[in-house]
Amino acid sequence: MSLQVENLTVYYQTLRGDVQALESATFTVADGEIMGLAGESGCGKTTLAHSLIRLTPPMRFVEGRVELDDEELPVWDMERMNDFRFKKISIIPQYAMNAMNPTRKIGKMTSELLESRKVDFKATLPELKRRLNLVELSHDVLNMYPIELSGGMKQRMVMVLSTLMNPSLLIADEVTSALDVSSQKAVVEMLVGFRDRGFVKSLIVITHDISILYQIADSIMIMYAGQLAEKASTEVIIHAPRHPYTKLLIASLPKVGVKYSEKRLTGIPGSPPLLLDPPIGCRFRERCPVAFEKCLDVPPFIEIEKDHFVACWKEFEKNAQA
Amino acid sequence: MKLMRSEILYFALRNNKLRVGLTIILFFLVLTFVGPMLTHYDPYDYVNPNGAQPPSSEYWFGTTMFGQDVFTQFIHGLKATFLVGVVGGGLGTLIGILVGFTAGYRGGIFDEILNMLTNVVLVIPTLAILLIIAAYLEVRGILTESIFIGCTAWPWAARAIRAQTFSLRSREFVDLARLSGMKPRKIIFTEIAPNMMSYLLLVFILQFGGAVLAAATLDFIGLGPTNAISLGLMMNYAVLWGALLLGMWWWFIPPGVAITAIVGALYVANVGLDEVFNPKLREM
Amino acid sequence: MRRYFGRKLLIYILTFFLAVTIDWLIPRFMPGNPVQTMLSRAALRAEAVEVMYGYYTRAFGLDVPIWQQYLNFWNALFHGDLGTSVYMFPQPVTKVIMRAVPYDIFLLLPAILLSWYAGNHFGAFAARTKWLDNTILPVGYILTATPYMWLGILLAWVFGIVLGVFPIAGAYSFALRPHLSWTFIRSVLHHWFLPFASLFLVMFGGWAIGMRNMIIYELEADYSHYLEALGAPRRLVRKYAFRNAILPQITGLALQLGVIAAGALVTEVVFSYPGIGYLILAAIQNQDYFLIQGCFLFIIIGVLLANFAIDIAYVIVDPRTRLGMTGEAA
Repeated sequence: MSLQVENLTVYYQTLRGDVQALESATFTVADGEIMGLAGESGCGKTTLAHSLIRLTPPMRFVEGRVELDDEELPVWDMERMNDFRFKKISIIPQYAMNAMNPTRKIGKMTSELLESRKVDFKATLPELKRRLNLVELSHDVLNMYPIELSGGMKQRMVMVLSTLMNPSLLIADEVTSALDVSSQKAVVEMLVGFRDRGFVKSLIVITHDISILYQIADSIMIMYAGQLAEKASTEVIIHAPRHPYTKLLIASLPKVGVKYSEKRLTGIPGSPPLLLDPPIGCRFRERCPVAFEKCLDVPPFIEIEKDHFVACWKEFEKNAQA
Repeated sequence: MKLMRSEILYFALRNNKLRVGLTIILFFLVLTFVGPMLTHYDPYDYVNPNGAQPPSSEYWFGTTMFGQDVFTQFIHGLKATFLVGVVGGGLGTLIGILVGFTAGYRGGIFDEILNMLTNVVLVIPTLAILLIIAAYLEVRGILTESIFIGCTAWPWAARAIRAQTFSLRSREFVDLARLSGMKPRKIIFTEIAPNMMSYLLLVFILQFGGAVLAAATLDFIGLGPTNAISLGLMMNYAVLWGALLLGMWWWFIPPGVAITAIVGALYVANVGLDEVFNPKLREM
Repeated sequence: MRRYFGRKLLIYILTFFLAVTIDWLIPRFMPGNPVQTMLSRAALRAEAVEVMYGYYTRAFGLDVPIWQQYLNFWNALFHGDLGTSVYMFPQPVTKVIMRAVPYDIFLLLPAILLSWYAGNHFGAFAARTKWLDNTILPVGYILTATPYMWLGILLAWVFGIVLGVFPIAGAYSFALRPHLSWTFIRSVLHHWFLPFASLFLVMFGGWAIGMRNMIIYELEADYSHYLEALGAPRRLVRKYAFRNAILPQITGLALQLGVIAAGALVTEVVFSYPGIGYLILAAIQNQDYFLIQGCFLFIIIGVLLANFAIDIAYVIVDPRTRLGMTGEAA
């Protein structure tokens, strides 16, 4: 097991109280697994990803346990997490276009970053160059400032940089949203290549674009309003989803490739609840076509078939009958 | 939107910097208006035949070398300070807004010319110009002084507002307004200005403080008003008549304290407001 | 690069041109005969008035057409001829000013550079360090809100009069003549300290506050968050944020030069420090218009030179201007 998350609960502190952005998330990501993480904007997927690597105020760690390669990650401790960041767990941020310091040459920045982590830059340089070749970046970029690079080049540079220490887990946060279609394809293929070459062991890919997950993900996890809804292999999620939300989500896609967040989910009446004071029980209850009284309790996230997890009382019943 | 406004108010009421700053300014403002009732002298009246005298129950802030009441001068000086701040700072902001908005919104040749003008005026040390003008004018009032200060203080405001307008201009709602055929002037006032109100307030506060300090400097070298009293003039007289050497601290301490407190409070309130408007700066 | 400096140079030339024109224009705008007015106000001996009157009428060139007066003014300027001082008759204005300039450099250069350096570093250090932010930083606000002359007056009063540890007038002891010896150097430094300290402190407050407010933005910038996510130590994150926050502070220095010049002027007045500021006061009090014009020009030139130096520094620190200028990148 590469990543094991148990009961992870993270809130956002605001004036009017805590926004319950991530409630008791329990799941695992296996070695070599590329897991897609999907859901509407504000469903907590970014909160989940960030709390694994950089949990800063106004985010507040409430409870939970995160293990990576059988070692506990002190996610609540900004300082102690430093030992794990970059080397064990790393991120390609959503803002990759602005991720590099504008006033330092890229090579210089890389070297200062590595040295600050007690890694010898000179010894790493050949590997760095090899990886630049791999993503088709000239070695000259090391002598350039970020503004001299195009958007796609910056994206690839950040990918190389983030994975340079061969982390066990890489979080790719909306890596394709700023790119045109052809670069999107290239980028996701590079991510798979990174996994195949062992630069990263496992990957969590957060995206709005299910078609991308369809191309590269081994499994997909769906979130709704801060709760996990369903996790299964990509094939199963696309073709045989069990959770009513997943079903509606997949069905509402006219064809694979439409970004679902850009349109309101027309197929599902109502809108996601405010997480400041979420409804008790299953948070999808109010919009769910099959909800019943049992849904006033929070459904656990249970493995109903091998590698197929669902949090839905109705499905549990069906499963019990079957 | 309503939610946001109440949030801003919530933070404004709880921001310590803003509270401290506003309290100090309010205190001096009240003093300016109530003060004249507490004294029955005129600033230049020779009220104490004994000349200089430290603070006493009769003369709260003591008397000058010539027996003038320092408290009376102080109160009238405060009024001059606020006048300079409002008129000078206001005028500086106004010109800055006009130039900055026009340059930022119209762009092109307008921007080139206005930007060049701004940069030229920016480089000239304004005090040197004020100094020359003041040196040649025989009669100077506080209002004249404020207007001169306002006319020379606008460039940095223009620059800041121009940059801000540039970034706002490319936002969606402005495009929308333009597409729907709204006139530029209308777009500036109905779409851009409301979104910049908070920023303009910050600019005005800084201009206010700058004008007060500029006036104090001018007054101190004897180029202030010739027909009124001001805090800077008080310091000028104090130094000129050897208050330092004679240890008449009550003569030069109050005007300096007032200027520092007012300008300092403005700056602190400014940072407080900035925190209120920009959630990123708030510390949780 | 050429485009950037070309633009800057154009601005400086325009500025200089405008400043000289203002300088020339103002006495001519005054009602009545400026020479008459000026001489009647200046307290000179009768025979001197006669000499001066003839001299000034010629110098102002009031008997030739206005455009020629203007050209003559420029011509004289390029020959370094700024007229003759009334106050220090019969010394030429250029000479009087050149004697004062070294004192200004000696006072201002260290005060500006040191306060800028120290203020920026302190501000960056204090930001997001809660106790410093709440205790010492308010002092910064007070300092930067203090009128230069008032801090000067306070320091002079406390250290000069009450404690009596520093002299409060002149650039060196009146008992000494300028010569190279330890006694003299000590005296010079002794007299220099208080005016330096009061300039330093006011500016220090401004830079510290400016940097504190600037670096908070930078610490929340994407590149800072990325560094944190890759486990960079706090020290490195702050170093990078500082490098970016310093850029607006460099621009800020250029913008502040006018205010600093004004501050130096009044500080010199308070401490009777014989720089240009002190000269200006004397010139104003003695209605010495040639001297005022000359001082004004020298301040302009000083500010322009300083601006130019700052432009060069900026280009060195910010690669974006450099690249944008050569047109290698968008």
